[in-house]
Amino acid sequence: MEFFRPTSLAEACQLKSEHPDAVPLCGGTDVMVDINFDRRRPDALLDLTGVRELYEWSRYDSHVRVGAAVPYTTIIKELSADAPGLAIASRTVGSPQIRNRGSVGGNLGSASPAGDALPPLLAVDAVVETVSATNRRRIPIHEFFLGPKRNALQPDELIAAVHAPVAGGPQQFAKVGTRNAMVIAVCSFSLALHPDTGRVGTGIGSAAPTPLAATQAEDFLSAELADRWTGPAELPDDVVRRFGELVAGAASPIDDVRGTADYRRHALAILARRTLTWTWAEHIRRAQ
Amino acid sequence: MTVSTEVRNRTAGGIGESPVRPDGTFKVTGQFAYSSDLWMDGMLWGATLRSPHPRARITSIDVGPALKLAGVSAVLTHDDVPGEKVYGLEIADQPVLAFDEVRYQGEPVVIVAADHPETARRAAALVVVDYEVVEPVTDPREAVGHPDWKPVHDEPGERTAMSRDRAPVHPHGNIVRHQRIRFGDPDAVTADVVVQGDYEVGMQDQAFLGPESGLAVPADDGGVDLYVATQWLHVDRRQMSGALALPEEKIRLTLAGVGGAFGAREDLSMQVHACMLALRTGRPVKMVYSREESFFGHVHRHPALMRYEHGADRDGRLVYVRAHILLDGGAYTSSTPAVVGNASTLGVGPYDVPNVGMDCWGVYTNNPPCGAMRGFGAVQAAFGYESQMDKLAAAVGLSPVEIRTLNAVSEGSILPTGQRIDSPAPVAELMHRLDAMPLPGSVDQDIRLLPGGVSNTTHGEGVRRGVGYAVGIKNVGFSEGFDDYSTARVRIELVGDEPSVLVHTAAVEVGQGLVTVQAQIARSELGVERVTVAAADTQVGSGGSTSASRQTYVTGGAVRAGCAAVRSSLFERAAARYGPGEFRLVAGKVESLVDGVVGDIASLLLDGPVEHTVQWRHRPTQPLDEATGRGNAHVQWAFCAHRAVVDVDVELGLIRVVELACVQDVGKAMNPDAVLGQIHGGSAQGLGLAVMEEVQVVDGKLRNPSFTDYLMPTIMDMPPMRVEVLELADPHSPYGLRGVGEPPTISSTPAIVAAVRAASGVDLKRVPIRPEHLVAAALCH
Ligand SMILES: Cc1cc2nc3c(=O)[nH]c(=O)nc-3n(C[C@H](O)[C@H](O)[C@H](O)COP(=O)(O)OP(=O)(O)OC[C@H]3O[C@@H](n4cnc5c(N)ncnc54)[C@H](O)[C@@H]3O)c2cc1C
Repeated sequence: MEFFRPTSLAEACQLKSEHPDAVPLCGGTDVMVDINFDRRRPDALLDLTGVRELYEWSRYDSHVRVGAAVPYTTIIKELSADAPGLAIASRTVGSPQIRNRGSVGGNLGSASPAGDALPPLLAVDAVVETVSATNRRRIPIHEFFLGPKRNALQPDELIAAVHAPVAGGPQQFAKVGTRNAMVIAVCSFSLALHPDTGRVGTGIGSAAPTPLAATQAEDFLSAELADRWTGPAELPDDVVRRFGELVAGAASPIDDVRGTADYRRHALAILARRTLTWTWAEHIRRAQ
Repeated sequence: MTVSTEVRNRTAGGIGESPVRPDGTFKVTGQFAYSSDLWMDGMLWGATLRSPHPRARITSIDVGPALKLAGVSAVLTHDDVPGEKVYGLEIADQPVLAFDEVRYQGEPVVIVAADHPETARRAAALVVVDYEVVEPVTDPREAVGHPDWKPVHDEPGERTAMSRDRAPVHPHGNIVRHQRIRFGDPDAVTADVVVQGDYEVGMQDQAFLGPESGLAVPADDGGVDLYVATQWLHVDRRQMSGALALPEEKIRLTLAGVGGAFGAREDLSMQVHACMLALRTGRPVKMVYSREESFFGHVHRHPALMRYEHGADRDGRLVYVRAHILLDGGAYTSSTPAVVGNASTLGVGPYDVPNVGMDCWGVYTNNPPCGAMRGFGAVQAAFGYESQMDKLAAAVGLSPVEIRTLNAVSEGSILPTGQRIDSPAPVAELMHRLDAMPLPGSVDQDIRLLPGGVSNTTHGEGVRRGVGYAVGIKNVGFSEGFDDYSTARVRIELVGDEPSVLVHTAAVEVGQGLVTVQAQIARSELGVERVTVAAADTQVGSGGSTSASRQTYVTGGAVRAGCAAVRSSLFERAAARYGPGEFRLVAGKVESLVDGVVGDIASLLLDGPVEHTVQWRHRPTQPLDEATGRGNAHVQWAFCAHRAVVDVDVELGLIRVVELACVQDVGKAMNPDAVLGQIHGGSAQGLGLAVMEEVQVVDGKLRNPSFTDYLMPTIMDMPPMRVEVLELADPHSPYGLRGVGEPPTISSTPAIVAAVRAASGVDLKRVPIRPEHLVAAALCH
């Protein structure tokens, strides 16, 4: 096995174009597990931990740009105000050790339906910035996931960063697992209120072949909220309930070792209702 | 007795204290060498090829492609087993390497030695095994020809046409053991209040952190030295001797660092394989299972199907218990007979029941083999009988504490086997003490401490509090007539002018603190603070198994007896030196009972060391009558009770255990810190079984053989505990002590389930509880 350790993004891109089969390694919390389980036997590893720029985040034009390698611990510490949904999701990831190493870039790279960073990125219409020796692309998050553990990266491309608008309203994330920490999602849900655009965003995890947005539920709720953003009051029960149903309806879950399809739908409806109640209560608080 | 107690209290680090364990710092700082850390220059690495099928006939094995791989030194099959092709703890039926047929997924078929672990694994993958797949028997009911789980009253026929037609997993049929208990008149008796229930226990795994591993080194005499993590060196050696066709003295075992056991190291894993490869290649061979392989490499806890019927009078006093317990032993016998023995004899729990009709079966299927795990037999039954006691309490209008104290056994009670409890049995007191403990405060404000924990699923919505109680009973030591003993060699000598004691046993330290306790006993008995416990190996006689909560009792008893022998010799020397009299040894001094201190222990050792090796046994037990279950089968009983407080998110079906309170009688707390450690750890393992730990098996195949999906409690799941320890001496045991390790595992599971039932109102029949079970009603809509 070959092991490359570039020290700049340009060098990393060069190596990736020369060795398109080389597997990028960031925190390694997915890659090393795969190798240990013998699910993957890469001929080459491209270690990105020497590439400083991937570990940086910045703010511009009311957006944040989060380098692909920025670990969850940093997101929790430094981005809780700008990207609250992502930060809440980051708190639910693994254990302290995993959060110290694991990254959003790695979560996107793995593109698992259970990736916890992914529903909040969907809910805020994030954009994935990719880079290769010859090209830079901006891929809307809604076009990034192609299938179970498949994403829109080309063989010579690396994920450079993810871009998200600075939160203009409350955001939430909740995940169901059968353990109270260090657990893979049985299903998860993220909700972002965007009072500035009059829209809401959603993201569902672990309940379909890819993470996905509940677009019908978004449309329904955006319409219901249209006249309620200003001088907000508590939402009628039937709106909350209907939103939950539409979220559950957007999922296409399966029965597996972690839970049944029926349970996942049931739980998603509840998570949708609860996160809506929490975010809307916060919106009311802020409006007062 | 009082005199010697005084002596004990005056030598530092003796019994009743909690000296620091010798391996503690190394373990905490990561310097402790576990069996997987063993290393020898020039060693080879072994790997195992396992059956992908739960059941298949082997039509051919071609090792040629594996042998051709560079770096491979040996590729062995059943044809290469030097001696007997099968081994086993009680009954030899497990192939060293599969021949003719594989009976479970993961059964070893071929072993490989190579110069690198990766090469060995790749070579194993190159072996071509042709299988003719056969439909596996995976339902234990079907395995005994009992396709419909019939009511308690009619007996399933043994070895019916059905079980024969289904091609038994083994030629002699699918029943490993059927134990009946008939006490009083269980068939005719009736009662005013009757409650029934079906219960199911899923397959738990011991999930120790140190995977199966060891290093085999071929010796010049044609024998082999094996360094291995195990639970009983001598029983390993006995089985290895048969398989390797070597006399026992040519097989020398030394205990390597053990990373947990919980029963999973009672059966052989890589022992014979590594030795076969070492003897064949003439090189040291190391084997280490991966985490995933470990799930296939050891036995699990028996899944159980249980049907109970309890009859009581209107006041709630038990009149009868009728029960069927079906334990799925999987493909090979392992400890199934003993598990059946425990489940049947302890199957009504720590209660006075005048009429008992109990049938317990252990059966073969093509599921993964099941065997020993902490509290075996008693754990499964306790979930059944404690669920029933709560049902009965509700039926007669008593509280969970009242129904248990009303029916509790006490010293002098006659158990359904006819055996009399002849030492304290403070079951009612355990319940009263639990009841008197304060309850934790109301639902927590920190959302991480709500159900769902850090996953942020509720901010209080749907959360209901529940409280549940349970008590359990466990036999300590090996039962049913087994010759259960341990051996200790105790030597005292001068080391640099100071008296120093060396204790040598073959008893295995698996993390529970046996090494510390052995030293404590020697300090107290010999009045010497400097005590070393030698590495456990087969250079001394058998220490018996580190299981059944027995080592402090039995090896502790042996060490005490060894010290007593040494002390007698020292007293002879003292008499010669100081004139006849009665002596005692305290804090390095020799005291005459009349004249006080007469000299140093050191001066008695100027004539040379004193050494004695003794065997020590607990009082004998009897086998059970097969038809009635009568017999004084048990040495000692241990009792433990839990109160669980839980918060349940009743909408999502998520659980957080808020507090576990526990009261346990330990007879004598030899090492109070270690006792607490056992109670905390055992309770956590019971919590795991209650709410998350299960090896999921579908059609004979494991679906979650990794820590990704075999979930065990984290610190966010295991709550703080309130613990009270009682010390009511058992007059028959050394120091009055009672085995401690297993009881807390038994009662914590049913207490938690009871609390979840109380919180949710759902009639839960199965552990581990899954969210789907709690919200089943909502899912039907
Ligand atoms: C014990 C444990 C617990 C876990 N718990 C959770 C959890 O709760 N929630 C969760 O979502 N995940 C969890 N994970 C999975 C993992 O931690 C996350 O997916 C994490 O985000 C991966 O990040 P990483 O930097 O470690 O990725 P790596 O393992 O380094 O890489 C993951 C994938 O992304 C690719 N990749 C990485 N960086 C780039 C890049 N810059 N450009 C292109 N491709 C790239 C890699 O080639 C690989 O395919 C857990 C893992 C473990 C071991």
